[in-house]
Amino acid sequence: MVNNLNIEVSPVSRVEGHGDLVINIKDKKIEKLIFRIPESPRFFEAMLVGRKYDEPSHITSRICGICSVAHTFASIKATERAMGIKPTEQTINLRRLIYHHENIQSNVLHVYFLAAPDFFGTGSVISLAETHPEVVDIALRTKKMANDMVRIIGGRAVHPIRTVVGGFTKLPTEQEMLEMRKMLEGAYPDLEKSLEILKTINIPDFERETEYISLSNSYEYALYDGNIKSTDGWEIDCQDYLDKISEEVVQHSTAKHCRANRDSYMVGALARFNNNYDKLTDNAKKYAEELGLKAPCYNAFMNNIAQFVEVVHSVDDSIRLIDKILEDGLDEEKAMVDIKPRAGRGVGVVEAPRGLLIHDYTYNKDGRVEKANLIIPTNMNFANIENDMKALVPEIIDKSEDEIRFACEMLIRAYDPCISCSTHMLDVKLINK
Amino acid sequence: MSKPKVGIFGFTGCGGCQLEILNLEDQLLDLVSAVEIVHFTEAITEHSDNYEIALIEGSVTTEHDIERVKKIGDIAKIIVAVGSCAVNGGLNCLKNLYGVERAKELVYGDKKDWIDSIEVKPIDEYVRVDYYARGCPPNRLEIVDIIRSLIIGRKPEIPNYPVCVECKRNGNTCVYDFGITCLGPVTRAGCNSRCPSSGTGCESCRGLIDDPNINAQKDLLAEYGLTVEDIISQFNLYNACKKVIAKENKK
Repeated sequence: MVNNLNIEVSPVSRVEGHGDLVINIKDKKIEKLIFRIPESPRFFEAMLVGRKYDEPSHITSRICGICSVAHTFASIKATERAMGIKPTEQTINLRRLIYHHENIQSNVLHVYFLAAPDFFGTGSVISLAETHPEVVDIALRTKKMANDMVRIIGGRAVHPIRTVVGGFTKLPTEQEMLEMRKMLEGAYPDLEKSLEILKTINIPDFERETEYISLSNSYEYALYDGNIKSTDGWEIDCQDYLDKISEEVVQHSTAKHCRANRDSYMVGALARFNNNYDKLTDNAKKYAEELGLKAPCYNAFMNNIAQFVEVVHSVDDSIRLIDKILEDGLDEEKAMVDIKPRAGRGVGVVEAPRGLLIHDYTYNKDGRVEKANLIIPTNMNFANIENDMKALVPEIIDKSEDEIRFACEMLIRAYDPCISCSTHMLDVKLINK
Repeated sequence: MSKPKVGIFGFTGCGGCQLEILNLEDQLLDLVSAVEIVHFTEAITEHSDNYEIALIEGSVTTEHDIERVKKIGDIAKIIVAVGSCAVNGGLNCLKNLYGVERAKELVYGDKKDWIDSIEVKPIDEYVRVDYYARGCPPNRLEIVDIIRSLIIGRKPEIPNYPVCVECKRNGNTCVYDFGITCLGPVTRAGCNSRCPSSGTGCESCRGLIDDPNINAQKDLLAEYGLTVEDIISQFNLYNACKKVIAKENKK
């Protein structure tokens, strides 16, 4: 037990990008708690200025390797909105399909490779492969399936090629669609095994209610499209995001912080689950129930469970989508629509694996970017992560230094922060005063 | 023989190259049994400064990056630059084109002085680089080939012919015939003509081949009705660090 404590983790590991955690405790009270982001800033909003309308999706996909499909689609949607381009239903269904697989890939990577070592008490997925080989096998198989799907539809697992403004440069074949369906059906035994494994892990008992914000629509568990909706009771069209969401530069971080109704909010799988539980497939709801996840859930550590439930939903819904696309018939004529560049502003919003992602572009009459604003899910979560830690630390203040540090790191990792996106990893150093 | 110790490091970039290593689902467990990975912040908590081979992703864009990359250079016996950002500065160099101070002001406004950011450079501006795994993202099989070669002590084979060769091998119709501009004729192959095979033009993410005939490529683009501005803009997407192009040409 400690009265005074200085914790510094730099960088915190097993998160995507570089972040440092600093906690100073004096007389059992938090004097200072910040999640500092010293990651090198990227300046995408400047890189985009002057680029032609067909380039921003390729440029912004490079914001993040893990969620390159999400950035690609937020970007494409912003451009299509600005120029009044309406892609075909076939294009939208194929986009939804590939989108599920980035979500599966990213969620599996996070649950198994980055967070699971916490649950099983190993330092990494490499040591986990020695102690729990079956867990790593399942993870690799599921991740491979999702990556193969992105490769088949997008041409590449990281930074897809075929998804462009107006549609697809190349369509998958019917044969490939059938192969993907078979791959998806093959995933169920691993999902069942994952369920049994996840039932055995201990999720810390911690609750702090906050505002949860995600996309939402009337027809599906929103990932690709919808309005922006909050558990605080408001819902707005994506084009009006500035009415509710504000960004500010804070000194300890190259990533900006965001606010909506309160001084912080949460986005990501748990926020989506809380807003859109009723749109999950019955099968995904069954998994949620077996894992003790109920909407609304106020325990940020349960974000990992929500991510797994989404994997189940995405597998179920992908099969439905493939059947629909095949029933309608793949048609080359519907792969692309005509594009007439024009001046205008458009906002593209999607649910990246880590949460709400906003691209806002203004084009000039030549179809070149005049102004760009990008709001990244991890930026939205930073303030909430700090607030969660401020609530968590007093609850565990009587534990050892190592336990406090580990709980805080684990909390940060539960959010699956992607620091590359927001600007880029996390270390913890403990100093006793 | 003891397993070579490998460190995997990320500088300014999207983390996609490290992800491509994690995406080696079929080879990942074989890879970690052939080498000892002692540093990989994205995937493991333990880390050590005792390594022989360093795989470096990302560009150098801050004063702090310079110190870090030089320290790695002091320790590692072999350095492999992985991905466009590390190899030639990549897309990050668009910031240089815009102007560093202007970019800081645009993105961070009156708080710009809080931000440490300098002109973007590839890592070989600061440390010697032994091998280059090019591309955005790099071809993960090429990364495996480089590591395998290092273990058995042979020189990795990195193509020095243009993407057109791979297009021919893959039986692709030239995308110019569809009215699409493509930088394949001057770009180093090794990606298996990924983009043209997907119905789109090569953006030269792997950088130029040695002695590329850039003037002929410019003529070709002009023949298809593109302005000089369009051509420069296309080249600049991944190759805006001009000095690097000049230097690569000498290699």
